[in-house]
Amino acid sequence: MSAGTRKIAVTVSDVVKVNELVTRFRFVPTDGAPLPTFSGGAHVVVEMQDGDVTRLNPYSLMSDPMDQSAYTISVRRDDEGRGGSLFMHTKVKPGDQMMISYPVNLFALDLRAKKHLMIAGGIGITPFLAQIKQLAAMNGNFELHYSCRSPALGSYADELTTAHPGRVHVYFDDQKQAIDLETLLDGQPLGTHIYVCGPKGMINWVRDKASALGWPREAVHYEEFLAPQSGKPFEVKLAVSNKVITVGEHQSLLEAMEAAGVDAPYLCRGGACGQCETDVIGYDGKFIHHDHWLEDEDKASGKKIMPCVSRFEGKTLVLDR
Amino acid sequence: MSTFDFPPSILSRPVYGRLEPRAGKSHMMIADAEGAEAILRLAAEDATLMAKSNILYIPGDTGDKYTSQLKALKPKQLYVGPSYEAAVPRLRRTLLDAHMGLQVYLAGTEGLMGQAMLEATTAGIPHSAIQTEHHGSVARRVQCVHCKGITEDVMLDPFQCSHCGLNLFVRDHYSRRLAAFQGVCIDAEDPGNVPASVELYS
Amino acid sequence: MTIQFNDETFRGDYTFKNSQWAIDRFPFPFHEDNYMYSVNMEQHQGGPEGSVYEKRFDVDEHYVSEMKDRAQVLAEDPLRCQSLPHMTLAGWDLLELIMVSKSEDYPDLFELHRDGNHWHWINKPMGIDQRFTFMDETTLPYGPMEYITRQTQGDFAVLDQRDDNLWMDAGMVTTQADWSLDFDIGMNFFEWHAPVPKAHEMGIFVRALKFLLNVQQGSPARRLNWTMTVNPLLDTSPENYHKWGVQKTTLTPENVGQKQHLRVELQTFFRLPRSNALVFPIRCYLIALEDVVSVPKWGRRLHRVIRDLPEELATYKGFIDNRPLIVDYLSKFDDGLATSPGIWPDKDSEPPLQA
Repeated sequence: MSAGTRKIAVTVSDVVKVNELVTRFRFVPTDGAPLPTFSGGAHVVVEMQDGDVTRLNPYSLMSDPMDQSAYTISVRRDDEGRGGSLFMHTKVKPGDQMMISYPVNLFALDLRAKKHLMIAGGIGITPFLAQIKQLAAMNGNFELHYSCRSPALGSYADELTTAHPGRVHVYFDDQKQAIDLETLLDGQPLGTHIYVCGPKGMINWVRDKASALGWPREAVHYEEFLAPQSGKPFEVKLAVSNKVITVGEHQSLLEAMEAAGVDAPYLCRGGACGQCETDVIGYDGKFIHHDHWLEDEDKASGKKIMPCVSRFEGKTLVLDR
Repeated sequence: MSTFDFPPSILSRPVYGRLEPRAGKSHMMIADAEGAEAILRLAAEDATLMAKSNILYIPGDTGDKYTSQLKALKPKQLYVGPSYEAAVPRLRRTLLDAHMGLQVYLAGTEGLMGQAMLEATTAGIPHSAIQTEHHGSVARRVQCVHCKGITEDVMLDPFQCSHCGLNLFVRDHYSRRLAAFQGVCIDAEDPGNVPASVELYS
Repeated sequence: MTIQFNDETFRGDYTFKNSQWAIDRFPFPFHEDNYMYSVNMEQHQGGPEGSVYEKRFDVDEHYVSEMKDRAQVLAEDPLRCQSLPHMTLAGWDLLELIMVSKSEDYPDLFELHRDGNHWHWINKPMGIDQRFTFMDETTLPYGPMEYITRQTQGDFAVLDQRDDNLWMDAGMVTTQADWSLDFDIGMNFFEWHAPVPKAHEMGIFVRALKFLLNVQQGSPARRLNWTMTVNPLLDTSPENYHKWGVQKTTLTPENVGQKQHLRVELQTFFRLPRSNALVFPIRCYLIALEDVVSVPKWGRRLHRVIRDLPEELATYKGFIDNRPLIVDYLSKFDDGLATSPGIWPDKDSEPPLQA
């Protein structure tokens, strides 16, 4: 692993089917030493050895940040994805040994907030589970609005409602329940911070509404990990390491570099952290940028690419790696 | 002309912009003296703004020059007060009940804007979301780094600390938390050798 | 080894002195014969045995006396230690980091016994035996950051991370190179560095911030910084500048070797787990010029660095008026021979001073 992220050897202690789509995994430290504590909102990158392929996916930690005996994550099965979540669902069994990264937080609470207003959609609930445990232990002022498809697919909805009555509000699509966002945002006291995690459409909806209502950008936090998208294979020349590699259809550029033994830094592998930002030396073709990191002008300049999620179509691409 | 072009300086020194109407259901404007000009302009730029605006104004030595014009804007609420200190309890009371989305506009002297910004940030609005526009005097609030006393309306550099009496030079280093610039003893290495004072930006 | 703690002062009669052990392990900051700003970060994962880089928090012969000096500074000016309300959790993180590190790295000096949240801390050099409840402020005599940094050499800036910046929202600052925590608390990375000349234009702070934002748990980093101080005065604060500034005028050709000190900061950076804050310990090491030049390579090199330092930097570092005197003195220890690369003294391979 790369760029200052250390690894932890863990053993899978429990695999629990939460519902039709979501499975929970519990990891205990293989060497028995206490796991590092972390801050609510942190993720770990889970290393999956799938035959010859090494898959590295980020998952938010949902366990109590103070619990050093185990970490838990919840994985939503994505039948259309590149296989990471399917591997977790079908291959990972209790007793398996895996490697995970140290926790990294790109979705931290702003501890100055007078109130934390959390808005979750679907599997986006997971970072909030840890944040709520952290805040509950500190008598923090929080409120969760959680939107899911149906009671059957509402992961952890019941236990949250039971543990925090009055603070947790669940909305089920199949019962035509929806968050009244404008009213919700309008009534919040000064010093409230919004946190949103869920599908892209939900994140944009919350950010746009908050902006229209005059909320400061600094008070609106969001996290969306992108899965690298598949695409046509393409060839890349890596100038520093003097290698020519081919990025496969279901492989990311970052993964292709790693497979070729070229070390590239990363923290999130989901287009959010900026660590893998790579300079383009030359190209003839067009970039398919998928990340949240680069500014539009960077994307237009043809001088930078985020290899974790972005791709390329064309004749030649030369990178400074 | 009540505006002043501050020369480029270090990154901790506040820079002021030009107030612009922003989205939001509730607006709070705090100004002193010539700062009223910025509010009058805002009202002219967006006719819908005043009906949702609360103005807190300290005329200072401009007397009645702007107050009737501000009244004529028919803001939702207008307070004209004798001093910033006198207005603080009212400002805090307003912020206590305010909701996210409140837009804060500050106009006038650095001392007024700095202190009002501190109230707004303490109430939970990020400093970078608060608009400012400088008008009027370039006098500064300066904290003596030695005794911690703050001297208001400093126009001369160096000046004598109004609390401990040390001769201080005025730095551009600025603390939002204190709403003050930093003053440091000018003759520490050569006691008694104090250069003649000059007016700031003269 | 067992450390013999000095009984010494950093003010008044200035009885501070480095032993031969302390001189040999001094963190000389110049890896070549000239100096310019750089980000110069490296991983802080140990270093050569006995060096100041070996342990996470270096403890040396000055420990007990430095802690007495800190207590005296705080008694006179409690504003040197401040923590904004949202930084208490980071304070607990820091307390845990230091207690765990010191008890593991110096088991003969420090012990930490934990049973859940019931902790028992023993600091033998300072004669402290404290039982307390982790995360419960009422069980300690001070807040967690103040409690542990009253027992740890070096200043501490505790930085909150948000909006892609670092905010100095807590700190213990009594051995600083002329900056005020009370004034700078609450500022972001660019603001508190604002008075530093040249480095902003060089892009140093943009690069440094980018690096620091990505310092991760379990992967601390470090760098060195330096300045010059007349007398072994730890507390060169702006608050007391009107008292100590005049000491700069007491240098003479006869006393410069004893009075003028090279002041080196070992700066380290650790990600704090529960708060996601970054702690920035700034450990100050002082050495008299006469002790620096006892290492031939360092004598040659320091002369060249100080002589050729850009005027702006010598002014910012506060020794522009004394530079001619210092350079005169150091020139006697520079015979013009080449120096080996790197910061280490290389006493066995570098030739003695040629007459």
